[in-house]
Amino acid sequence: MTYQEDLMPGKSDATDNDAGYNYGYLNEQTKRMIRRAILKAVAIPGYQVPFAGREMPMPYGWGTGGIQLSACLLGPNDVFKVIDQGADDTTNAVSIRKFFARVTGVETTEKTGEATVIQTRHRIPEAPLQEDQIMVYQVPIPEPLRWVEPRESETRKMHALEEYGVMHVQLYEDIARHGRIATNFMYPVKVDGRYIMCPSPIPKFDNPKLDMSPALHLFGAGREKRIYAVPPYTDVKSLDFEDHPFQVESWDACCGLCGARDSYLDEVILNDEGERMFVCSDTDYCSSRRAQGNFGPMAGREDVAELMGESPQTA
Amino acid sequence: MQTFNEPMIHAQGVTKYYGPMVGCKDVSFDLWPGEVMGIVGESGSGKSTLLRCLSGRLDPTSGSVSYRSDEFGDVDVHDCSETVRRKLLRTELGVVHQNPRDGLRLGVTAGANLGERLMSVGARHYGNIRKEAAKWLGEVEIDADRIDHFPRTFSGGMQQRLQIACNLITSPRIVFMDEPTGGLDVSVQARLLDLLRNLVSRLGLSVILVTHDLAVARLLAHRLMVMKSGEVVESGLTDQVLDDPQHPYTQLLVSSILQA
Amino acid sequence: MYVAVKGGEKAIENAHKLMGEERRGDPSVPELGVDQILQQMRLAVDRVMCEGALYDPPLAALAIKQAAGDLVEAIFLLRAYRTTLPRLYASRPVDTTTMHVRRRVSATFKDIPGGQLLGPTFDYTHRLLDFSLAAESQSSIAVATESEPEGPMSRVMDLLGDEGLIEIPTPNDQQHVSDITHDPISFPVKRDARLQSLARGDEGFLLALGYSSQRGFGNNHPFAGEIRMGEVAVSIVPDELGFEVEIGDITVSECEMVTSFKGNKEELPRFTSGYGLSFGYNERKVMAMSIVDRSLQARELGEDVSAPCQDEEFVLYHSDNVEAQGFVQHLKLPHYVDFQADLVMLRSMREEIMKQDTHREKSGEEVA
Repeated sequence: MTYQEDLMPGKSDATDNDAGYNYGYLNEQTKRMIRRAILKAVAIPGYQVPFAGREMPMPYGWGTGGIQLSACLLGPNDVFKVIDQGADDTTNAVSIRKFFARVTGVETTEKTGEATVIQTRHRIPEAPLQEDQIMVYQVPIPEPLRWVEPRESETRKMHALEEYGVMHVQLYEDIARHGRIATNFMYPVKVDGRYIMCPSPIPKFDNPKLDMSPALHLFGAGREKRIYAVPPYTDVKSLDFEDHPFQVESWDACCGLCGARDSYLDEVILNDEGERMFVCSDTDYCSSRRAQGNFGPMAGREDVAELMGESPQTA
Repeated sequence: MQTFNEPMIHAQGVTKYYGPMVGCKDVSFDLWPGEVMGIVGESGSGKSTLLRCLSGRLDPTSGSVSYRSDEFGDVDVHDCSETVRRKLLRTELGVVHQNPRDGLRLGVTAGANLGERLMSVGARHYGNIRKEAAKWLGEVEIDADRIDHFPRTFSGGMQQRLQIACNLITSPRIVFMDEPTGGLDVSVQARLLDLLRNLVSRLGLSVILVTHDLAVARLLAHRLMVMKSGEVVESGLTDQVLDDPQHPYTQLLVSSILQA
Repeated sequence: MYVAVKGGEKAIENAHKLMGEERRGDPSVPELGVDQILQQMRLAVDRVMCEGALYDPPLAALAIKQAAGDLVEAIFLLRAYRTTLPRLYASRPVDTTTMHVRRRVSATFKDIPGGQLLGPTFDYTHRLLDFSLAAESQSSIAVATESEPEGPMSRVMDLLGDEGLIEIPTPNDQQHVSDITHDPISFPVKRDARLQSLARGDEGFLLALGYSSQRGFGNNHPFAGEIRMGEVAVSIVPDELGFEVEIGDITVSECEMVTSFKGNKEELPRFTSGYGLSFGYNERKVMAMSIVDRSLQARELGEDVSAPCQDEEFVLYHSDNVEAQGFVQHLKLPHYVDFQADLVMLRSMREEIMKQDTHREKSGEEVA
């Protein structure tokens, strides 16, 4: 955390060419305002706290909520990791990591275990999180009731009065139509037995990782101007029916590169013949497994070398 | 067992002004368990305003309305928390709108419409919800195999019966009905009235029924209140009011029906 | 193929270099200067300042240059800069009756005190391409000689207000003025927050909404009571001084629409009105804004809220083009984790159904 108190656009320690910007880009007044919202969010698990979201130098929808949270959390002693779709090397993750390296000079890492703050879009890392870690989620639509009720004024009332019957209507319809619950990501959860919360568009595979997690999970929706939180060791239950319990997806295949059977897999189409393979979406998890000597059936093939990060990147 | 010596609804001096305009004025009555009270009058007489005040959806300018609730005891509907009011509307109260589209979700199946009220009070077993929904479809004479169909594919009469079932599925004790047979053709009306009469008496419901149709009132209501320009001009047992009307306005209403 | 998605740092750098080249165009053509944009594309600068919510013409011009003329991108650049600036003071309300007026028209009266002043405008030009502009020329443009009025100029609305024909809100210094950049808006929204949102709202969106109301989706019969443009002084009251100090002039456009009247037996009938104000010369914007402001008063005036332009959640949540462009364009980002979740489910559902079908076919054959 930073304790700079100057209100003027101060000098950033990071680089000289951004002299017009404060440490962490946001000015200190704004950081204080956001930190207050974070504290409130932690105090009321799952409740969406409105905050005066700022314009950021990235577009809305590209992680501005998460970026504002990270900007208020990161201090000189933090180690920062950014993933998008589970990977450290996707373009938007690279862009966000680079931004914070520039405006804070913070140390960055790709290792889940080393990071103190992990900003993510759409995934929770496979490696178990620790007590001193903060997960920061980028949230496009924070309102889990939005698809049944487009009006903010009404959804806020529904949360206040715990009027949640309609959430199960959706799940009911899935079962009636498809014989199972067909919501696969952004799967709604109930936090601490009170608020229904959108876990951001993570696959439901990741939902169980939120339950009783030792880490602090912070969710930021920049465009919609909401912050919410799951504090450490909080009960997070995915909605379901007694006779149709919550289930996560599974694959017949294992990761082609590291052979993992317990991780979330991405599908990669290799050629025009439609040959495909599955690889861990969590790139750090995959490469650490390979470093420990675990290999999958495709690991030896030359045409997938790029996926293993072994050849120079070209574009 | 419910005690029959206390009213289900106690309305006292219910008055609603819209600016300088009178919506309804100084209406007081008690509704007893198992009783059906009809409110009749022309359109614009204040029936619907009164109904909205009684069902808690519109705040009166003055006066009070209280229910005898199983869960909350005596509840002043305009002076209780929104939580209590909404909870009652999902459990012990029912509201049947004239247009079934106002009471149904047309974008989800009949089963989900029926299930919503159960789920909103905590039902979490899909199979049981389904069974209960199918049972209530039967009660309102809709084929059980329509359970996965959307209400927008239903006829007007079926939609209205579905809306009624959606209200009854949580065993409410008081049901408000606003012209439940309006907009339906005559043969469909007759079947619906017959169904309603049976359900009401079998379930021992207390009902407030707003209608402009005296024939509907005669068939369903035990007691009548006749409204004109926002005020109750006459009230009494249905047969008494319709067979021997005292107020000139009621006489006019009854005679115009007879001529038609 | 896959490399592009995992492109990483190098790819991003290259993409930005390519965009730089695109922006510069043919290097044999002289580079466009920020001062040229400032002087010769002033209306673009004004729009960027207005929707970027920052009055700084040179920075707006720079943003336009950097965005290669993409105004929505330029607005975004300016907004992202604005958000880092510390808030030093809130200005005193600007008084547009003291405006140094360069243009002023009223459609409701043939003549008004202070007169009609056409000023600079595209109105009444025949929209014929002027090919002489294609040839670079140094020829001087004849300077128009319309005498500019002196002294304060009362607003048409005030004249109607004096007669009681329209409600003029009384200024109240004690009343808290909301600030949408500091407090998130919540519904129902007050007019101050609403006008702030509309002032930075997308011109195209407000134009379409205003137009829709004229065509009958929330009709409110607007008359352009007055449109004026010119320079007004901005002043602040520094804490240590305790009195007003002028800190400069800004150009603003203002529009007041006179709209359908209301009243009843108790209340004398009078007109209603809508208001629009913007940085710079943005006449179309302030006209559209004033119609939408009036439409959004439907709730307060007890009118039906039935048309899109009367629905404050719909209008205010979707009017900001910085928000809208970001969210629409975020669909470009990888979504393959979520897509994979759907793929897995869809495949397994199809498999299950196909298995049942083959099973049914088989048992059907047996029967036959």
